[in-house]
Amino acid sequence: MIEISHLTKKFDNFTAVDDLSFKVVEGEVLGFLGPNGAGKSTTMKVITGFLAATQGAVTVDGHDIATDPIAVKALIGYLPEGAPSYPDMTTLEFLDFIAEIRGYSGEEKRRRIEKVIADVELHSVCHKTIDTLSKGFKRRVGLAQAILHDPKVLILDEPTDGLDPNQKHHVRKLIRNLAKDKIVIISTHILEEVSAVCTRAIIIAGGRILADGTPKELEGRSAYAGAISVQLTKDFDLRAALAGDEDIRGVELSDDNARRYILLPSTGKQIFGKVSENAQSGHWPVSEYHLVEGLLEDYFRSVTQDSALARRDAPQDAPQVVSATTSQPQV
Amino acid sequence: MNKMLIIFQRELAGYFATPLAYVFIVIFLVMSGIFTFDMGSFYERGQADLMPFFDFHPWLYLFMIPAIAMGLWADERKTGTIELLMTLPVKLADVVFGKFLAAWVLCVLALSLTFPIWITVNYLGNPDNGVIFAAYLGSALMAGGFLSIGSCMSAMTRNSIVAFILTVSICFVFVACGTEIVLDTIAWAPQFFVDAIAGLSFLTHFDSISKGVLDVRDVLFFVVFIASWLFATAIVIEIKKAN
Repeated sequence: MIEISHLTKKFDNFTAVDDLSFKVVEGEVLGFLGPNGAGKSTTMKVITGFLAATQGAVTVDGHDIATDPIAVKALIGYLPEGAPSYPDMTTLEFLDFIAEIRGYSGEEKRRRIEKVIADVELHSVCHKTIDTLSKGFKRRVGLAQAILHDPKVLILDEPTDGLDPNQKHHVRKLIRNLAKDKIVIISTHILEEVSAVCTRAIIIAGGRILADGTPKELEGRSAYAGAISVQLTKDFDLRAALAGDEDIRGVELSDDNARRYILLPSTGKQIFGKVSENAQSGHWPVSEYHLVEGLLEDYFRSVTQDSALARRDAPQDAPQVVSATTSQPQV
Repeated sequence: MNKMLIIFQRELAGYFATPLAYVFIVIFLVMSGIFTFDMGSFYERGQADLMPFFDFHPWLYLFMIPAIAMGLWADERKTGTIELLMTLPVKLADVVFGKFLAAWVLCVLALSLTFPIWITVNYLGNPDNGVIFAAYLGSALMAGGFLSIGSCMSAMTRNSIVAFILTVSICFVFVACGTEIVLDTIAWAPQFFVDAIAGLSFLTHFDSISKGVLDVRDVLFFVVFIASWLFATAIVIEIKKAN
C-alpha cells in the first residue's frame, strides 16, 4: 500500500504540491490526471524518492521514503517523464545494467531480461544504441527497465506519450496484465486512457485533489451524464416538441452543427427510452441519436477550470459528440 | 556484485562507447609530449630524470581533467537520466564514488600510456626509477584531486560548460596558491598564514612527491582532499533533491 499524507512540495516560493493525501492499495490502477503543471510529475518524483518532500510523508508498504529510501526504491518500478535512458548504451547493455543494479546475476538476470524483451517486444532493437531508436522504442525501453524486477509498485509518467495507436494499445494491454496484485500509478493527459486501463482516477490541479473516484463515477458527475445527442435532417422545433417534459432539464444547440441538439436529463432520470419513443411517435426528422460521450473530458474541464459555471452557458465547450452513422439508438 | 562497481563499470564503458575517452587520451599524450620535449627541454638539460615531464602536469591537468569531469553529473541532469539513476535502489555514496572512480581510472590510464617516456629516459641514462614511480603516483593522486573538484562542480549545474569553467577556476586557485608569485605577494602576512596557503596547493604536495619524497602527509592531503570534495558532491546532490 502507498500512503501519502499531507504531502507538500515547494520550489522556492512556488507550491507544486499542496497538502496532498491519498492511499493506493494493491490491485488498483490509479490514473493521475491534471492540466500541465498540476503537480502530477512532482508527486511521482517524491514517491519515487527523486525529490524530497517539503512537508508530509510518503510510505510504501510501511517503508518511509525519507528514512528508508533503498527499501522503497527496490519495491518501485519507475518510468520518468520522457523515458530517459543512457543514449550510448545498446538496449541490451542498458537492461543488463538495470538488472545488475536491481541485484540480479547469472541465470536469473538472463531470464528476466529475456522476459522483459519479449513482453515489451524489443527483439528488433536489442543491439542498437538507444540514441538511434525511435521515440516509441525509447519509451518501450524505459518501460522495460521499469518492469524488469516485477515491481510491486509501478509508477509511469505518461507511458504512452509519443506512441502510435498500435503501440498505445499494446502498452495499455501490458499495464492491464501487470496490474494484478500490484499498485500502478499512471499520469496522463489522455482521458480515454483512464477509462481504458484505470480502476480509479484522481484529478489534481494546483497541487490539490479536485476529484477522486472510479472513471465511471467521475463520468457520472459530468453535466452531460446521460445526455442524448440528436441529429436532425431538417429544421424542426425540438424545444417545442419537448416543452413541458419534466425529465428533460434543457436542450442545447451544438456549436459545430446547426441541427445537432443535446438533451440534458433531469437529475437521476434516464431519458434514452423516452426520447426514442418521442422521436418515432412525433415523427422527428432525425438521422441519429445516441448517448453523449467524452464525459470524463467534460468533467475534467469543468473541475480544472475556474470558469466552471460560465461553461454551462457557453456552447463551444459542449462535449465532443462522437459521430455514429447508424440511425438506430446506441446504448 | 557491489553496486558501486556496477556504476563504475557502466561509467567506464560509457567513456569508451563514445570518442570521448580516445580523444582525451590522444590529446593528453600529445600535450604531455609537447610540454616535455618542447617547453621542458627534455634533451637539452642532459639529465636522466622526468622532471620536465612531471613539472607540467598541474598545468596540463588544469584543462584536461575538467573536460572529463564536467559531464559527470551535468550530463545526467541534462538528459534526465539522473532521475532514473537516483530512483534505483543504490546508495548515493556508491554512485558518487563509482562515477568518480571511473573518471579517475580513465585519467590513470592516460597517464600510464606515457610509459614510452619512461622507457626513453631509461634507455638514455640511469634515472632513479623510485623517484619516477613516486612522481607517477603523485600525479595520479593530483589527477584525483582535480577530478573531485570537477565532480562537485558538475553536480551543481545541468550545463557542462558552466561546470567546466567553474572547475577550471577552482582548480586554478588550488594550483596557483602554491606558486611563487602568489606566495611572494602574501609574504607580508604571518608565516603560519603563508604556510597554510601554500599547504593547500597541489603544487606544494605534488612537488615533494615528485622529487621522490613520498611523505605520508602529502599522500594524506590528496586522500582527504578527494574525500572532502566527493562528500561535498553528495551534499550538493542532496540539496538539489530538496529543491
